[in-house]
Amino acid sequence: MARRRTAADLSYALVIGGLAALAILILTGPVVIVLLTSFTEGRSLRFPPTGFSTEWYQLLFDRARSGQIHRAAGNSLYVAAVATAIAAVLGTLAAVGIARRGTGWARALDTLFMSPLILPGIAFGLAALMYFTLIGLRPSLDLIVLGHVIVVVPFVLRTTSASLSQLDPALLESSASLGAGWFYTFRRVTLPTIAPGIAAGAFLAFIASLDNVPVSLFLAGPRSDMLPIRMWGMMESTLDVRVAAVSGVLIAAVLALMLLMERLTGLTRRMSS
Amino acid sequence: MTDAVAANGWLGRLRPAEWQLALPLTLAFAAFFLAPLGLLAAVSVFDDDALTRAGFAQWAKFLGDPFYWSVVGDTLGLGLMTVAATALVGFPLALVFIEASPRWQRILLFVIVLPLLTSVVVRTFAWIVILGQEGVLNRAIVALGLSPAPVRLLQTEAGLVLALTQIEMPLMLLPLLGVMMRLDPALRDASEALGASRWRTLFRVTLPLSAPGLVSGCLLVFASSTTAFISQSVIGGNRLVYLPLVIWQQSLVVYNWPLAAVAALTLLVSVSACVVAISAFGRRIGGAPVGVPAHG
Repeated sequence: MARRRTAADLSYALVIGGLAALAILILTGPVVIVLLTSFTEGRSLRFPPTGFSTEWYQLLFDRARSGQIHRAAGNSLYVAAVATAIAAVLGTLAAVGIARRGTGWARALDTLFMSPLILPGIAFGLAALMYFTLIGLRPSLDLIVLGHVIVVVPFVLRTTSASLSQLDPALLESSASLGAGWFYTFRRVTLPTIAPGIAAGAFLAFIASLDNVPVSLFLAGPRSDMLPIRMWGMMESTLDVRVAAVSGVLIAAVLALMLLMERLTGLTRRMSS
Repeated sequence: MTDAVAANGWLGRLRPAEWQLALPLTLAFAAFFLAPLGLLAAVSVFDDDALTRAGFAQWAKFLGDPFYWSVVGDTLGLGLMTVAATALVGFPLALVFIEASPRWQRILLFVIVLPLLTSVVVRTFAWIVILGQEGVLNRAIVALGLSPAPVRLLQTEAGLVLALTQIEMPLMLLPLLGVMMRLDPALRDASEALGASRWRTLFRVTLPLSAPGLVSGCLLVFASSTTAFISQSVIGGNRLVYLPLVIWQQSLVVYNWPLAAVAALTLLVSVSACVVAISAFGRRIGGAPVGVPAHG
C-alpha cells in the first residue's frame, strides 16, 4: 500500500498491537511462572523465587510421601484412557451416521451430542451423582468413565465430522460399484481419510478427561481419587508447592504429546477449523 | 477384487442404515445424560432431603431469598465480564494473527493453544502465585509506585476476571481464528484502497465478517466461566459466592439435594437463556455462529 501513514493508522497499530501484546502476556505469563515456581527453594510462593532447587520434584516422585498423588494420577490416566477409547468409537460411529445429513433428526442429535460443551458441567456432575446413587451404584472409577465419555464425546464428534466433510462421496460410490461391501469400504476408504480427525479428537478428549473437574468432583470417592480434585485439595488446605511440581510434570507431558500429535495429525490446524 | 469379496463376510453384507451408526451414542446419551438431567428436575420438586414429600418448597425458598438472586446475578455477571475481557484482548490478537507470516502464525497458534492444554487447576494455581500478596503483580504495583503497599487481588472480582481471561481465552480465540482465517484479505485491501482508515476497515469490514466466530467464542467463554468451580472457589475464596459453589455446598456439604438440584437447574436455565440471547444477538449483527470448535 503506497498510502501515506496517518495518525489514525498509527493509533490503530498502537491500540491493536498493544492489546494483542497484552493477550500474549496473559496467555503465556502464568505458564512460565508456574514452571519457575516449581523449582523454588523453600515453602514460599514468592516470585521470582529466592533460590532454585529440585526439592519439590524429589518430594513429588517420592513414593512414600506422595503416594496419594501417584494413586490419583494413576486413576486419572486410567479414566482418561478408557473414556477416550469409548468416546472415539461411539463418536466416530455417530459422526459417520449423522454427517452431511440436513434432516431434522440428524441435526437434533448433533445438537444433543454437542450440548455437554455448553451446558454447565457442574449441573451434569450433580445430576450424574444423584442418578447413580438412586439406582444403587456405589462410586467407582467405572462410573467416572461413563460421566467422562458424555462430556468428552463432542471433541471426537467435531473433529471427525470436519474430516468427513472432506471425504469425496464419489470414492464411496466407486468402492461400492466395484463390489466392496459396506464394512470393507469403511475400513479401506472412509477410515484412512478420517483417521487424523479421529486421532486429533481423541487427543483433545483425553486432555479434557484428564482435566475434568465438574464430573469428577461429584463422582470421585475416597477410593477413586482424581488428580485435579487432589490438586484442588492441596491448594485449598496448605499452599503445597508440590502442586507446582505436578503442574510442571503435566505441562511437560502434554507438551511432548502435543508435539507428537502435531507431527501426526496437524492438531493445531484442526482445532481452529 | 477377490480381496474385497473375501472381506465381505457377514460384516460386509450387514450394511447398516446410517442412522443405526448413531444408535450406540444416542442410547448412551439417553441413559447417562438425559436420564440424569430428568432426575435432577424430579429431585428439585421434593420438600425434604430424604425425598419423601413432593412439593415446591425448595424452589420457593431459593426464589424467595434475595441472597440467591444476587448469586445468580453475580454468576451471570462474572460470565459477561469474562466474555468482555477475552473479546477485548482476544480479538486484537486474532487481527495480528491473520496478518502475520506463516512462520509467526505457527508460533502464535502454539502460544494460544498452550494454556488450553495445561490443566485448569494448573492455570488456577498460576494465578494464586501471580495475584498473591507477594505475587508478581503486587511486586510490580509496589515497584512502580502505584500503591505504597500490596493491594488485595485474590478474593476480588477483578482478580478473578483477570485469571478467567487467561483460563478461558483459547475458547474465544479458536473459533474466532477459524472464521477470520477464511476472510479474503482482498476485502481489507479494497477498503483501504478506497480511502477507509484502518479503524473504519476494522469496524465496517473485518468485525462484521468475523461476527460468527466472535459469537461462538463468546458462547463458549460464557458457558465455561460460569461453571468454573475450582477457579471461582480458589481465587474467589469465601468472599465471592457463585452458583457452582452453592451447588457443591448444598449437595456435598449440607446434603440438601433438592436445594442443590434447584440451584443446578437455575444455573442450567439461566446459562442456556443467555446462550440463546447471545446467539440471537449474533444473528442480528451478522450470520449464525459457526459450529462449536474442536476443543471447547
